[in-house]
Amino acid sequence: MPVLERGGAQVWQRRTMGERLVRWIGWLIGLVVFAVCWQKISESTTWFFVWDAPRIAGDIWDRATPPKWEYIARLGRPIWDTLNIATLGTMISLCLAVPVAFLAARNTTPSALFVRPVALLIIVATRSINSLIWALLLIAIIGPGVFAGVVAIAIRSIGFCAKLLYEAIEEIDATQVEAISATGASRWQVMAYGIVPQILPAFAGIAVFRWDINIRESTVLGLVGAGGIGLQLSSSLNVLAWPQVSLILLVILAAVVISEWVSAKVRGAII
Amino acid sequence: MLRLKNLTKTYRTGDQALKGIGLDVPKGQVLALIGPSGAGKSTLIRCINRLVEPTGGEVWLDDTELTHLGAGALRKARREMGMIFQEYALVERLTVMENVLSGRLGYVGFWRSFLRRFPQSDVDEAFRLLDRVGLLHMADKRADELSGGQRQRVGICRALIQNPKLLLVDEPTASLDPKTSRQIMRLITELCAERGLAAIINIHDVALAQMFVPRVVGLRFGEIVYDGGPNGLTPDKLTEIYGAEDWEATIRKVEDEEEIEAAE
Repeated sequence: MPVLERGGAQVWQRRTMGERLVRWIGWLIGLVVFAVCWQKISESTTWFFVWDAPRIAGDIWDRATPPKWEYIARLGRPIWDTLNIATLGTMISLCLAVPVAFLAARNTTPSALFVRPVALLIIVATRSINSLIWALLLIAIIGPGVFAGVVAIAIRSIGFCAKLLYEAIEEIDATQVEAISATGASRWQVMAYGIVPQILPAFAGIAVFRWDINIRESTVLGLVGAGGIGLQLSSSLNVLAWPQVSLILLVILAAVVISEWVSAKVRGAII
Repeated sequence: MLRLKNLTKTYRTGDQALKGIGLDVPKGQVLALIGPSGAGKSTLIRCINRLVEPTGGEVWLDDTELTHLGAGALRKARREMGMIFQEYALVERLTVMENVLSGRLGYVGFWRSFLRRFPQSDVDEAFRLLDRVGLLHMADKRADELSGGQRQRVGICRALIQNPKLLLVDEPTASLDPKTSRQIMRLITELCAERGLAAIINIHDVALAQMFVPRVVGLRFGEIVYDGGPNGLTPDKLTEIYGAEDWEATIRKVEDEEEIEAAE
């Protein structure tokens, strides 16, 4: 009891004695676990390499600077591919995510017992596998190249977009939907007039947000051979051409900064 | 015209919201439904157009029994019943015009409505109605830019453009200030008179109901405990509907307000 009688006065405390004890023990256990883990990691680390790390990093930095600026002429095409992978992948995933979201949202699903679990399964399955792994799988199936990258990005994004969208659908104002139903509108009309206008801002926000994420994801897809600037990065790393690597990293950085700026602007304009 | 026979609604929680309601509303009659919160007023209105499915009884609109209609026939029947909501229930991100025209959705096919290509006669009627409620200049504004009173007018237009026989009005004034409340009530009753519409108006403001409607029905715990003229609502009757309270002030308020009204 947080309120105690003590000498006729009512004393209020945030926690009871028992609760305080439990908390104190909880913190103690956390501290002990931390210390033990620290020791285990320390034992299995070759400290020689760690102590050596600053020297190696400095060495790589020396080799990587200055970036090989003239190499930029060869990067135009790959970065364009990367942008296309992200944009096309996002568009395809949105087309697939919209129906999945409507099937998954509790208030629009045709059957909460049969259809909804399937939609949720699609969401979880596509979300839980990284796009690099999707790309590896797809390269095995449809061969290396930009197309594999597009499909990998598209599949990976379905779950993300559908999840956010179905949450938006579940949060809509039900009386607006009621009002449209009360006019004698059909199921599809209720959707077009009662539901779609309410989720449109969320949809636009999700689309731009995911596009922004996908630009970052598609820069690495090339590492496994799925097209884009990652391809250049991996070949430069393989021949230890550090000045090229540093230039590629700069280009990726620039692309990501620009995409983030665009998405922030667009989202600001909509919401 | 509207006849409820032994209408009951039991929610899944076991709450009996309506216990065998019988009610007859002739053509063109405006009726106020009063009663405490939880008496079943909203449920009653929503059971008529089946936004809430009644568990028993019959709803007759002219010669159609509504409780057993299939989806298509229910849509047709809903076109005959315009509904006005407490929080306006306009689609906030659509324009005033789109909101008004959405009242025609029951008459227009999906693609026409999706592409906003409503028949010219509907558009003409929408402009006429907006003009009638004094919002013609707002037609292109988005619904969320309007004030409460203006939104409720748009809600009224949306209900009327259905060309209904009956208006179901759920607490039209609950979110409005006293002056706007009266203007809205006056507008609704005037429009009903102009068009010969019957209306059921849920309202918790007894004084306002007495001011505007010829018939008052009192609901308590899902049962009708009063059905008569506005002047028959004596303190005893109000106590029966709402429970014990000093009602003299409420009744006197009506007279005061009428004086103010006259002064305006």
